[in-house]
Amino acid sequence: MRRVYLDHSATSPVLPEVREAMLPYLEDIFGNPSSLHDWGDPPREAMDKAREQVAGLIGASKPDEVIFTSSGTESNNLAIKGVATAQQTKGKHIIISAIEHFSVMNSVRTLEKSGFQATMIPVDKSGLVDPEDVRNSIRPDTVLVSVMHANGEVGTIEPIQEISKITREKKIIFHTDAVATCGTIPINVKELGVDALSLAGNQFYGPKGSGALWVRRGVRIIPLMDGGIQEGGRRAGTENVPAIVGMGKAAELAAGSIADRLGKITPMRDKLLQELPRKVSHLILTGHPEKRLPGLASFCVEFIEGESMLMLLNSQGIAVSSGSSCTSRALKASHVLIAMGFSHEIAQGSILFTIGIENSSEDMDYVLEVMPPIVQRLREMSPLYSKYIKANKGGQ
Amino acid sequence: MSIYSDKVMDHFMHPRNVGEIDNPDGVGEIGNPVCGDMMTFYIKVKDDKLEDVKFKTFGCGAAIAVSSMVSEMAKGKTIEEARKITPELVAQELEGLPKQKFHCSNLGAQALNKAIDDYEARKISKATSIEVKGGERCCPFCDEEEKQPFCQPCQINVQEKEK
Repeated sequence: MRRVYLDHSATSPVLPEVREAMLPYLEDIFGNPSSLHDWGDPPREAMDKAREQVAGLIGASKPDEVIFTSSGTESNNLAIKGVATAQQTKGKHIIISAIEHFSVMNSVRTLEKSGFQATMIPVDKSGLVDPEDVRNSIRPDTVLVSVMHANGEVGTIEPIQEISKITREKKIIFHTDAVATCGTIPINVKELGVDALSLAGNQFYGPKGSGALWVRRGVRIIPLMDGGIQEGGRRAGTENVPAIVGMGKAAELAAGSIADRLGKITPMRDKLLQELPRKVSHLILTGHPEKRLPGLASFCVEFIEGESMLMLLNSQGIAVSSGSSCTSRALKASHVLIAMGFSHEIAQGSILFTIGIENSSEDMDYVLEVMPPIVQRLREMSPLYSKYIKANKGGQ
Repeated sequence: MSIYSDKVMDHFMHPRNVGEIDNPDGVGEIGNPVCGDMMTFYIKVKDDKLEDVKFKTFGCGAAIAVSSMVSEMAKGKTIEEARKITPELVAQELEGLPKQKFHCSNLGAQALNKAIDDYEARKISKATSIEVKGGERCCPFCDEEEKQPFCQPCQINVQEKEK
């Protein structure tokens, strides 16, 4: 059976070059980068190189502005909690969008318990934040704005540059979660105008357990982890050298091939976006039709539920994601789709294909072949569909 | 998909008794699409036995497997036996359900019970609509003449309707 992995927003495979780059650091080069003796030199040099590679990917001119972390989640926690607590003498108000990742959302919830206040900016039906809403939410005590670069569930790319014009004018620190975009679309922190940016290595063919937070020099940050002075005192703990080296290599590869990757992935996405609605009726596109991630095709399939679709696709060798409440451990429908104004009923039918560089056009053909009978099969089982058919008899 | 047992996967991949029954004797609907699962059960009753059971389900893999299992467990059983099918028994027959699925998706037994409730309510309403001929009460199901406003063999109320 054909096996097609279309869940790159969960994680991407590790490229062979990345694996090769990592291996020595799991073998002979085991030293602690903080050690003064000779064993500490090669891992320290390797980390310096990785820092330059990651800085290069995001257009940062000072590599020491990059803090290595364990994941996108840790980067977001460090950005939100670290910046907010460093600023709390100035004020305790934070602005975030309603479609942020849980690592941002829940970091803010935690801060609320210690006296911070938060404003959640709504999004429109396509998932876009209106920069004017950010402007209008700014208060004298606002110390931090965080809006994601792109949403990993519906693919909408947010107007970061326009928001940063406002935050610069108002002298408020602006963080963006770029986990979904880093390594996928070109990023330049200077052009974006942000003060902090999160990324994760496993989103661009690096290893799991690798992440980074870029923080503009001059922005104070209180560490989450207390201990030694690794990462300039901003993230204590012996560094995960193999993962950092792997992420560095993955960043270098991404920076060198981003145009090629876009040229490969975008047509595959467009094939799904254009042809799936022709083959499956009552299919709703989620996210912005143009301002969206190049490898992300997301829909809500009416009358059926996401997990059962995911399971049947899996039985045909296809891996996808869904934002239905059944697929989440929290048993809640995707907060992203609800914030975009979809009803719970529609949100239950969420399905998400995220395409990577190892996929092929034939993989998309296979999805287009396999998906319609699966939808039909589940609809024939669905009381919602039979109600719809009865109500519209003669209509369609 | 190792979160589910082989039995759950079997019932999900090959669900038994999917569909609707024309002119059912009882229909039970439970859940709603907001929480993610919705089940409709249809039953056909003959001689106090569930001659046919069918279902339609909107929901996750567990919800579909639960519905299929309940339909299989209930088919051919008497009303009394079918009433004894509990969510715990269904989960047991399915060789277990993931913890987070137990409460939200294990609604099949309740849906079946609702269908049986509906069947019994229909019997009563049918019975009440029977006109009493010549001052005699007749049970509409067994044609027994009843002195009491209750038919013992059928276990239903036979109420007198004023002319």
